[in-house]
Amino acid sequence: MTVSWQRIGFLVAAFGMLVSAVVPLSSETTPSLFDRPVLLLATLVTAGLFAGAAFVVPQLSIALAVAGVVLSCWVTLALLRDSTIAGYATWGFWLPVLATWVAAWLGVAKLAGIKPHGKTASRAINLAIPLLFGAFVFYLWEVAVRGFGVPTVLFPPPSAIAIRFFGSPWMLWQDFFQTFILGVLTGYIIGCGAGFLVAVVAHRYTFLGRGLLPVGNFVSALPIVGVAPIMVMWFGFDWPSKAAVVVVITFFPMLVNTLAGLNAAGHIERDLMRSYGAGQGQTLQKLYLPAAMPFIFNALKINSTLAFIGAIVAEFFGTPTVGIGFRISIEAGRMALDVVWAEIALAALAGMAFYGIVALAERATTFWHPSYRT
Amino acid sequence: MTSNALSRSPEIRWPPAVVRHAPVVVIVLALIAIWYVAAVLMNMNIVRDGFERDGTAYTTEDLIAGTLSAERPLLPAPHQVIATFADDVFGWPVTSPRSLVYHSWVTLSATFLGFVLGAGFGIFLAILIVHARTLEKSLLPWIICSQMVPILAVAPIVIVVLGSIGLRGLLPKAIISAYLCFFPVTIGVVKGLSSPDPIQLDLMRTWSATQAQIFWKLRWPSAVPFLFTSLKVSITISLIGAIVAELPTGAQAGIGARLLAGSYYGQTIQIWAALVAASVLAIGLIGLVSLVERWVAQLMGART
Repeated sequence: MTVSWQRIGFLVAAFGMLVSAVVPLSSETTPSLFDRPVLLLATLVTAGLFAGAAFVVPQLSIALAVAGVVLSCWVTLALLRDSTIAGYATWGFWLPVLATWVAAWLGVAKLAGIKPHGKTASRAINLAIPLLFGAFVFYLWEVAVRGFGVPTVLFPPPSAIAIRFFGSPWMLWQDFFQTFILGVLTGYIIGCGAGFLVAVVAHRYTFLGRGLLPVGNFVSALPIVGVAPIMVMWFGFDWPSKAAVVVVITFFPMLVNTLAGLNAAGHIERDLMRSYGAGQGQTLQKLYLPAAMPFIFNALKINSTLAFIGAIVAEFFGTPTVGIGFRISIEAGRMALDVVWAEIALAALAGMAFYGIVALAERATTFWHPSYRT
Repeated sequence: MTSNALSRSPEIRWPPAVVRHAPVVVIVLALIAIWYVAAVLMNMNIVRDGFERDGTAYTTEDLIAGTLSAERPLLPAPHQVIATFADDVFGWPVTSPRSLVYHSWVTLSATFLGFVLGAGFGIFLAILIVHARTLEKSLLPWIICSQMVPILAVAPIVIVVLGSIGLRGLLPKAIISAYLCFFPVTIGVVKGLSSPDPIQLDLMRTWSATQAQIFWKLRWPSAVPFLFTSLKVSITISLIGAIVAELPTGAQAGIGARLLAGSYYGQTIQIWAALVAASVLAIGLIGLVSLVERWVAQLMGART
């Protein structure tokens, strides 16, 4: 049932590619596809690949679809170099884009439907699907922005952002250093460390823990980013104020989670420790801390995103003339959106890398936990 | 096990309410005491400078009294914050731009609109993801990645781009809070929609239920508890989004604008009062969602 549906889809995509050869490319006068022999050939080959993908076994079909999609992306991007097409594109241009979209979607759907044998294979597929999907989204963004002639001031294409990203590494590095290394990382370490220590003390003295847990939960629900202006007032415009905001933001999630984790050790284990005659320190080290590990990492992960947000918000209240948040608000005001997007890409990469490192550390230290024993 | 201090005196049996609340009360009182001490210490220099500039003689009592009633303290004392908060809330007509109620309402309307947009979008995405395996594999990793991006960084551009196509005022702020708050809803609802047992799904199939019937009679009801848990998280995030969205836009009204104005003019007490207002709003919003949750649970026949 679904197989024949996918077959029809591929045939429609192939048909779309064929038809696009005879439909005008642009509302301006421009040479048709027949005057561009290489592109015409590529379009026809793509149509053939899509048609072929409709009839072969899934593995081969995916390969053909991917090849066709890559070829078709190249054709459309090559067409956009022509200034009589970029901004004036008509159906002759949009048809292959839509056909490629259909084929790419079907290819990814087929890839998702495959049941691989090995663990490595399934991991590779689970990685490939979002990557292909993401690459195609960037392609659509590029083609849509340039094909419709959206002013780059409003919405720059990814290529312009990439040029800006790789074109000014020094500025990006300075902003990264100021916001991430000095602000986020310092604050993150101090805030998480303080939260952890207070939690350990509060766990030792039950009265303190019983009082702190509800207070911590309450404060965690408050919009704490609001302390940013106060911290800027106390610690000045430079990075200490950003680090201070990050400390305040990361402290409470860490406190609450660590406290919950330390209380997660069961009665039987505690009795066992007591029957071994273990001291306070030994029990903490051998029982409570390992039991709290998953909770602590949960807090570390939550905090890795919170910390970044806190530092950037603090930069809205005053900065030296460097930093990601500063650059974004300044350049957005100047309508230099390619710089803004390059900074966002930087922040995104840094944020993901930060989270990824914490997640990797979690895998390395809590591999024994049931959630990883699959 | 009760707390150490209390359980060691077996002859006194404290009522359970005292045992439960005593630690919290003590901690809160201790925090307030620390706050007062910190206020005295931090404002000391400002006040002393003030006295010495005027050339007036002063005693330690004067100094301490001065630190707790300074006009622009580094750290205002709790009673100053409460007094300013009460004055800002009750001392002005609701429509006056000096009233905190007015600013809260501006922020609150953006919060609500953003929350509705975000929650709706989140539920929509979750339904798509549960029903299309391709989307689960291709889109979900990107949604998760999007949360590791410091999204607030995008706020200024959203404002600029939307402003240039003629959208101003409430909607850009709402879109930012929607972007911030859709994620917990999506994750929670995906979990909830896929929480029915395979046995239950098989039963629906033996009754030859359609996809829509399975959705409305099995998946959706089992997702509701998950939905409300996520909604409680996401409404506070929505409030944060609305407040932060007011910062780079140079908004004239709203709690974020209050914070910004306070920081420009060094009005510390005003900042703290705005923070208190934001906290009250956050607690109120969570309470509201909890109320709706209880109401819905009763409608769905939950036993209390």
